[in-house]
Amino acid sequence: MPDPTSILVIGELVDGAPAPATLEAIAAARALGGGPVGVMLAGESVGNAAQTAIASGADAVYAIESALLADAAPDAVVAAAAAAVAAAGPRIVLGAKTLLGRDVMPRLAFRLGTALASDCTALALDGDGRLLATRPTYGGNADATVRCLGTPAVASLRPGTVDALEADATRTGEVVAVDAAIDEATVRTRSIERVEQAASGLRLEDARVIVSGGRGLGGPEPFEQLAELATLLGGAVGASRAACDAGWVPTSYQVGLTGKTVTPELYIAVGISGASQHMAGCANAKAIVAINKDAGANIFKDARFGVIGDWAKVLPAFTEQLHELLSGSTRQPG
Amino acid sequence: MTAKQVLDPETPLSAFRIEDDRVAAASNMAPVINGFDEQAVEAALRIKEAVDGTHVTVLSYGTDFALDVIKKPLAMGADDLVLLQDPAFENVIDPMLTVAALVAAIRKLGDVDLVLAGRQASDWDNAQVPAGIAEALGWPIATIAKHVEVDGTTVRVQRVLPDGHELVEAALPAVVTVSNELGAPRYPNMRGIMGARRIQPAVWSAADLGIEPTEVAPAFELVSLAAPERRVETEMITGDDDADAGRKLALRLREEHLV
Ligand SMILES: Cc1cc2nc3c(=O)[nH]c(=O)nc-3n(C[C@H](O)[C@H](O)[C@H](O)COP(=O)(O)OP(=O)(O)OC[C@H]3O[C@@H](n4cnc5c(N)ncnc54)[C@H](O)[C@@H]3O)c2cc1C
Repeated sequence: MPDPTSILVIGELVDGAPAPATLEAIAAARALGGGPVGVMLAGESVGNAAQTAIASGADAVYAIESALLADAAPDAVVAAAAAAVAAAGPRIVLGAKTLLGRDVMPRLAFRLGTALASDCTALALDGDGRLLATRPTYGGNADATVRCLGTPAVASLRPGTVDALEADATRTGEVVAVDAAIDEATVRTRSIERVEQAASGLRLEDARVIVSGGRGLGGPEPFEQLAELATLLGGAVGASRAACDAGWVPTSYQVGLTGKTVTPELYIAVGISGASQHMAGCANAKAIVAINKDAGANIFKDARFGVIGDWAKVLPAFTEQLHELLSGSTRQPG
Repeated sequence: MTAKQVLDPETPLSAFRIEDDRVAAASNMAPVINGFDEQAVEAALRIKEAVDGTHVTVLSYGTDFALDVIKKPLAMGADDLVLLQDPAFENVIDPMLTVAALVAAIRKLGDVDLVLAGRQASDWDNAQVPAGIAEALGWPIATIAKHVEVDGTTVRVQRVLPDGHELVEAALPAVVTVSNELGAPRYPNMRGIMGARRIQPAVWSAADLGIEPTEVAPAFELVSLAAPERRVETEMITGDDDADAGRKLALRLREEHLV
């Protein structure tokens, strides 16, 4: 039933389940208060994902199934999302700035006659129930809050800014099947081939510890020392854009506004100046440690611990000391 | 292709000021062309080299332009520059008028097969004007390209993925957004710079484009612009020398159960 007080989340499926960012968006929609929360889920089959979404706070699921949605081509997902909006008639449409969301949400917004408040870090309603969206701009140097004037308002949430709700299997909700009339002609940008490096070891996004290197390392070789430290800590290696652009490490290492968003417990930045565009990808780490020879480097502003010095001298001693501490601890009982 | 003049995103933090809901840089900071837009110029020029008869027109939207800055794509090798310039074309966070003007300009140019744009602008970081153009024109779009190839009727694009890449294909006309993985944009050479001097950009106002700016409904209004809060207390670890500081850092992290 179209409900002009409702909020519709544009969901995403990963291996048949709602993506973490989708569950976060549901939590954000609930936190806004007001009307019921619907979720669009689109795929070859939606199956149990609908129940997961309901358990995580959705009141309704708009399920769109089509073989053409199997590999989530943005063209097909935009069409599905537009059909779900037509069915739900919401006042707010909320997505997430995931890889898919980056393509789908701006296009959906323009298809609905408005624009997207993208990559939001905070959402609220004003006195008239209109959406106030806060988003980092100027690479993180200025937070802009905008009032969304479109009907519906369309926003996307930065992943990792809101915690998903605890799943509650006793919650109930309805599942509405929507026909989005997706056919071969819908998909106009066709995927010919998708090559993903088999993530050797730990994904940056899942790592509890990340050791990241920047231009200050001066070349590709020092990254081996970072890898050694990362292995010792059970973590992964990341990099700044400068290090990736220089070809020292693959672009898949890049952390930041246009790279990966990571949320480790510990982020060790070596020879990274801490440009706002880099920090946009790691500012939600629990603790940042910076090793930089420039006392004025911006990275120290965001760091919990800092060492001013030459990484080539600091890092080996740091790694060796950690090695001792950690091999000592394994001998202790418990 | 589209290009935007922005504050230099490498501007040191200390030179940024937020005043009256605008971000300004200290007065000695010159504007630059948005970095990803320079990469889009580079992509366009590579296509021009590969495909005979390619004509590269640069569209830029704004209120006032630093001519020596915005002419850089011409010096790099683009054929034409059209400035969409009007007092109403302010650089605001809302993209609706930008999209309307660029779409009108593309229609006015007429014979456009491919629109190339940077993946996002380093000021508002909206990353949506190209999507708006594609939706308005009903053209397919491929985003975050590191390689763009055109053959007659189709465009083939290698897109950057977080852990790899994807090859996609679409029929022309189409919109493609370009990322830094495409490679460094070329430096203008002497001939290019001299050539660019002789090219006078065309200037199209809102009226020339047939748009009434007040009739384009904005999607947002800016409520506030503020420097983000920093919540971190930094503890500096010092030692007798760099190596000693490194060892002490390890001990502190252990104390805090961070390792
Ligand atoms: C729109 C846009 C998007 C961007 N997206 C990203 C992104 O996703 N990720 C990203 O990282 N960047 C991004 N950038 C680029 C960003 O602005 C910076 O240019 C980049 O992060 C700088 O990388 P860096 O810190 O390694 O290099 P630099 O800024 O050059 O810093 C190198 C640091 O190393 C230190 N150093 C040098 N030698 C030593 C030594 N011997 N020992 C210790 N320290 C030393 C120096 O003091 C310096 O602080 C983006 C920029 C724009 C405009």
